[in-house]
Amino acid sequence: MRRFSVPVFLLMILLSQSPLRAQIFAPQSFTLKNGMQVVVIPNHRVPVVSHMVWYKVGSADEIDGKTGLAHMVEHMMFKGTKKVGPEQFSRLVAANGGQENAFTNEDYTAFFQNVAKDKLPLMMQLEADRMANLALRDADFQPERQVVIEERRMRTENEPEALLQEQMRAALFLDGGYHHPVIGWHQDIDAYQIADVVDFHRRWYAPNNAILVVSGDITADQLRPLAEKYYGVIPPRPLPVRVRRPEPEPVAARQLEIRDQDVHQPSWARYYLAPSYHVGAHSGEHGDGDPLQLLAEIIGSGPTSRLYQELVVEQKLAASVSAEYDPDSLGQTIFAIAATPQAGVDIEVLQTALVNSLKKIALSGVSQAELERAQRKLRADVIYAKDSYHTGAMVFGQVLTTGGTIADVEDWPRRIAAVSKVQIDEAAKRLLLDQRSVTGLLLPAKLAEATLPPDDEAQSAQGLLGGAVR
Amino acid sequence: MRAGLRAVIGGLTGLWLTAASAVTIEKVTSAQGIEAWLVEDHNNPIIACHFSFAVGAASDPDGKSGLAAMAADLLDEGAGDLDSQAYQGRLEDLAIALSFAVDTDNFSGQLKTLRENRDSAFHLLGLALTAPRFDEAAVERVRGQTLTAIKQEEQEPQALANHALAAALFADHPYGRTRSSDTVLAITRTDLAPWVPTHLAKDRLVIGVVGDITPLQLAGLLDSTFGGLPATVSLPPIPDISPPTQGRTLVIRRPIPQSVVEFGKSGIKRGDPDWYNATVMNYILGGGSFSSRLMTEVRVKRGLAYGVSTSLMPYRHAGVLEGEVATRNDKVTASLAVIKDEWRRMESEDVSAAELSAAKTYLNGAFPLQMDSTRSIASLLVAVQKDHLGIDYFDRRASLISSVDAPHIRAVAKRLLDPDALTIVVVGDPPGTLE
Repeated sequence: MRRFSVPVFLLMILLSQSPLRAQIFAPQSFTLKNGMQVVVIPNHRVPVVSHMVWYKVGSADEIDGKTGLAHMVEHMMFKGTKKVGPEQFSRLVAANGGQENAFTNEDYTAFFQNVAKDKLPLMMQLEADRMANLALRDADFQPERQVVIEERRMRTENEPEALLQEQMRAALFLDGGYHHPVIGWHQDIDAYQIADVVDFHRRWYAPNNAILVVSGDITADQLRPLAEKYYGVIPPRPLPVRVRRPEPEPVAARQLEIRDQDVHQPSWARYYLAPSYHVGAHSGEHGDGDPLQLLAEIIGSGPTSRLYQELVVEQKLAASVSAEYDPDSLGQTIFAIAATPQAGVDIEVLQTALVNSLKKIALSGVSQAELERAQRKLRADVIYAKDSYHTGAMVFGQVLTTGGTIADVEDWPRRIAAVSKVQIDEAAKRLLLDQRSVTGLLLPAKLAEATLPPDDEAQSAQGLLGGAVR
Repeated sequence: MRAGLRAVIGGLTGLWLTAASAVTIEKVTSAQGIEAWLVEDHNNPIIACHFSFAVGAASDPDGKSGLAAMAADLLDEGAGDLDSQAYQGRLEDLAIALSFAVDTDNFSGQLKTLRENRDSAFHLLGLALTAPRFDEAAVERVRGQTLTAIKQEEQEPQALANHALAAALFADHPYGRTRSSDTVLAITRTDLAPWVPTHLAKDRLVIGVVGDITPLQLAGLLDSTFGGLPATVSLPPIPDISPPTQGRTLVIRRPIPQSVVEFGKSGIKRGDPDWYNATVMNYILGGGSFSSRLMTEVRVKRGLAYGVSTSLMPYRHAGVLEGEVATRNDKVTASLAVIKDEWRRMESEDVSAAELSAAKTYLNGAFPLQMDSTRSIASLLVAVQKDHLGIDYFDRRASLISSVDAPHIRAVAKRLLDPDALTIVVVGDPPGTLE
């Protein structure tokens, strides 16, 4: 979340839209003596590599009152070391023809550079240097804190929809690290100090808590001596335990709404508390992770999906509707459904119809034809995924920092092909329960609250109640 | 060459050398004379075909802004014998990704398919381009989605700023128009159905193809897919326009904690002899992310903003230099003062040798990083053709960048960086009037 170009929630959406786990990646992997795992994904089309270091720490590893520290540490990783001056890291990468960025989510923090392959040793030297020798100075921290506050204003506080999502997450996760936003609560960003940053970095940024992922024009044999030279010399440290306490069993459906005078287009969203591959699973090694991925694909991905068919095409109540689910999470996760009403359609009418569609799915399940189409599509996605040298690196980083293994990734196409209709239907029944859900409504301000001059008010009423007549 | 297929294959070839390996670009011309640039790559059973027509939203009739975009959104909503659901179902069943998009100057499309579904994929694309249905239900569905998107833009500070800046820079010129609920409601099926045959012509078309396909196979598919399009169409000419030289500041009041600021003035077009000088200059000033002077001064030193940037926007009929910053309401004036100081410094003193060298290494080194996938290479092939840069551009580009020196940069800064000419749009709640 450091830079505007790669907000991690976008990456998540991209990944969840085309699940990309494939034998086809054929990675090579080894572990350095200090415990740092290394994954190599060869792709020799162009003489370019993507160099990534993933740390097994994210916002869910923070403590109350210090939320946002993982993301703040990500920012401070660019503030120099004993050898490299503040912000010199980015300049050195660019001056060597490279592009770089970093991102933080609930379960991981990652740093990457894309460069010509002859520049890889330099990137590794720089990245290892800031793992071991980060210089954290208050003079750099104070303005960077303001940068993060501006980032929070830009992403969240300026955007009613983002504020609603933040509230929905907090309402869904009653307890533990997923309750608060990745960027942190505003008052916590105001309050944490440089000593907190130093402490967080010292705790978590150790080689035995990191994974090196290199994809592109490289082999394991070429990478191994470099990895040993730059990362292998950093001593391991004792690590804190990553705790993801299971949520208390949900008992009450929750509904939130934000009314804001800047909202012109209402929208509807629902989060269900969902199992990940490893936590909250019903049974079996991967629980409901694979069936629920297929469920999301069947009901909410693209114009032939179930909810689009029913609500957009047939009932003409929604302009859009989609479902999203990603089982790669260290703790429980979210199965999300989002919709926007057609102009002139009351949000309550849309909600009633959507809930009926969801009830039908919970009651009668999906069809064999829907399942086969989704499986075909995911099979093709696997082939497409191999095409970009970034994709494999993203997938392995995400899976390995959230409790998965290389074998889990490689085995994904086989598992998806083996999922049955009955498995999906049963997973849907377990998931689609009102008490597991938080519903969020984003609505225009009520007319009485709107601070509009009388003429505009009349116009706005017409727009709100009868948008189709304009 | 197979009998009956008089495809001209080969001819000019661009060899794009990057360190150890090379991507070879081949010009493929079909029997009917349709040309495409091809990068053959048989490593993965995937084909990407990207294309662009030189006609865009600027050609929308006054009062019907959004027409081209709606036509684009409707091309995959049914064609030939297939209604919307049947057409989308075919794409899904064959895992074909097809999309169309419109910007100010261009109508573009992207097709991605597995090799095994190649012929079906190109057939479906050809149907969309030559026999789109515009069924009433689909038209109304897409209209509803467009109206929703417009309402979402109306609540988006960045989109509001963008639209207001375009309107201020281009006034009554087509570039200044933005689609609204009214213009979209005014579009009828009788506007949409004739739009495709009267706008998408072969003499406006460029095509880039990458992947698991041979030149001979492609030549045949070019004719069957694009051959049915008219050779040429006659459209009202769009005049060139220069943004105003007198700066001003517009404030759009919104009760939000952070002001979104967009600013712009006349810049240069892609064919301008100063293009590479301006490219390097802009990188050093505000295009170069964390290496740029603006990022250093505004973000790193002062913590005023998360992001600040400038960019060259080369339209077909105008050149614009644009920039943006988002900062808390009470820091808008301070942020703009820092930005304007940096504009002046760029024209009052030479850039340092270290800055210049770092900029050139980045601009040359990062170029091949774009070749991340079959699709990104196809996009690059289209972009280079659209800008008429020639198939040897990939060989020439590095030396064009390398030949830029400090006096060139200062001269182009003098030409372009007059902060008093800036039109500034602020969406937010800054104190005072900012005038």
